[in-house]
Amino acid sequence: MQAQRDQARVVGLAHPLGRTRRLLPIVGGVLRRNPNILVGLAVLLVMATASLFAPFLTPLDPVKTNPEDRLHPPSATYWFGTDHVGRDVYARTVYGGRISLVVGLAVSATATVIGSVIGLIAGYYRMADNIIMRFMDGIMAFPALLLALALIALLGASMTNVIIALSVVTTPTVVRVVRASVLSLREQDFVQAARALGASAPRILALHVFPNTVAPLLVQGTYIFAVAVLNEASLSFLGAGTPPVIPSWGNMMGQGRLYVQTAVWIIFFPGLFLALTVLAINMLGDGLRDILDPKVARRK
Amino acid sequence: MGRYIVRRLLASVPVLFMVGVIAFVILHVAPGDPAAIIAGDLATPAEVEAIRRALGMDRPLLVQLGIWIGRLFQGDLGTSVFSGRSVTDLMAPRLEPTIALSVMALLISVSIGIPLGVVAAWKAHTVVDRGVMVFAVLGFSIPVFWLGLNLIWLFSVKIRLLPVLGYQPLAEGVIPFLRHLALPSVTLGITFAALIARMTRSSVLEVLREDYIRTARAKGLAERVVLVRHALKAASLPIVTVIGLVFAALITGVVVTETVFAIPGLGRLVVDAVVRRDFPIIQGMMIVLATAYVLVNLVVDIAYAYLDPRIRY
Repeated sequence: MQAQRDQARVVGLAHPLGRTRRLLPIVGGVLRRNPNILVGLAVLLVMATASLFAPFLTPLDPVKTNPEDRLHPPSATYWFGTDHVGRDVYARTVYGGRISLVVGLAVSATATVIGSVIGLIAGYYRMADNIIMRFMDGIMAFPALLLALALIALLGASMTNVIIALSVVTTPTVVRVVRASVLSLREQDFVQAARALGASAPRILALHVFPNTVAPLLVQGTYIFAVAVLNEASLSFLGAGTPPVIPSWGNMMGQGRLYVQTAVWIIFFPGLFLALTVLAINMLGDGLRDILDPKVARRK
Repeated sequence: MGRYIVRRLLASVPVLFMVGVIAFVILHVAPGDPAAIIAGDLATPAEVEAIRRALGMDRPLLVQLGIWIGRLFQGDLGTSVFSGRSVTDLMAPRLEPTIALSVMALLISVSIGIPLGVVAAWKAHTVVDRGVMVFAVLGFSIPVFWLGLNLIWLFSVKIRLLPVLGYQPLAEGVIPFLRHLALPSVTLGITFAALIARMTRSSVLEVLREDYIRTARAKGLAERVVLVRHALKAASLPIVTVIGLVFAALITGVVVTETVFAIPGLGRLVVDAVVRRDFPIIQGMMIVLATAYVLVNLVVDIAYAYLDPRIRY
């Protein structure tokens, strides 16, 4: 019973009008029953704060080389040790979080916005649907990292191009989610009623259909965030992502790869931070899915 | 059934066509002139012009697309800019390591993932279940290359149990082959075991709610028989589908894993090609891997229809 009532309240979240007043206590209750969201958010917040205030967390320069202190194991001066040219691994790890979070956020925002628009059009207009979905199938037939690599080869390796490449690769998943919601929504009475009242298609889509796709969209957007952070690191690890001059978790491990036998700390610490960040995002996504997806909520 | 297979085969034609168009466009919007890239930095304008004509690049784009697709059907994937050899010649010796790694990783992930998922569903909402779910979320949060490097450090550097890097062909003995492949395939296998465990759990959990499971228990069957013969059998179809979908992720993992363990496979080939901007290789790999992916999912779909008597086409 309780679960059903929660669900009814949660579904209210997706409704566009007049629920803000009752929203706060609901959010509080949801968080208490779903520690995943809380833990995920907390870890993400710590990571974001650390990378934002990196200059205050370490006096050391993340890019300055220091050949005399190369391959230094972790110590009081160099908390996480130094790499093959004597750069401080701790400073680089803290600064490196910026790239991961910026790329992850930018990709999930871009893919969500563009994917929603395309998904709304594909779901609402039968004519466009076939062409759009065949094109999306074509993109999705490529393994994501391979297509991203090809786009990087085309555009050149830089942070902006990594964001573009990963957005292209992840947008079709958003399109699929939004289109599926729209297909079932367009037949419902409130949409039919709006149409009967003479509302234009853009108005129906924006005011009546879109607000009801927000819940699955939020979950999908979170998962894309996680995938983007991982893929940015993979691309940078392979030497086709963030250029070596800017420290990122991926390219730190890519450069440190050859020193695994003598200086494992160069790869251990950035990888640990990367894994924790992705884990936090996935926990957030799972938590959001648990409260927003009525199918999952009912099982609890 | 026969009609379904034909329909499903026809449905994959537009997807393959889109794959071809996307791969074609990638080479043709590449900054600079593809003919100039192929000719190299030292070529004179006349040489570039000659190559352009030889490649048919002076003709309309749609004609070029037609010619290019025609060549694809003859198994001609073009010529590498960097080495001057044909792309298919470069791919051939790299097939074995990649296929060996993929198959081993898939075997490991299935043999870990399915039992874990069944146990988690059986003991749902207990400590065991939570443990498996924690493993699952860890499994796809931990970057493959980080896991691989840590395993190298542990098993090859600290314990000195296994070789650090490289690949030994199967033809040179089973033991060295397996020793070299052990770490890479475990690394890759664990990631997908997590995914498969999660899927298995949710589909077995759904089946366990069915009336016939209660009937099976009520007539006194052993719990093991109920789980394996009744529940897992009915739940196996969504799991098979997931394994098909995992194939794409597997290729992504293979590219990275080959780099970590210095395995001379297709993944290494494509990464080197990206660094050198050797577009014909990249294009060829896109065609080959996307086609493989489409075909695997075709087989999975057909298997699905064949295995599930409830579905009638």
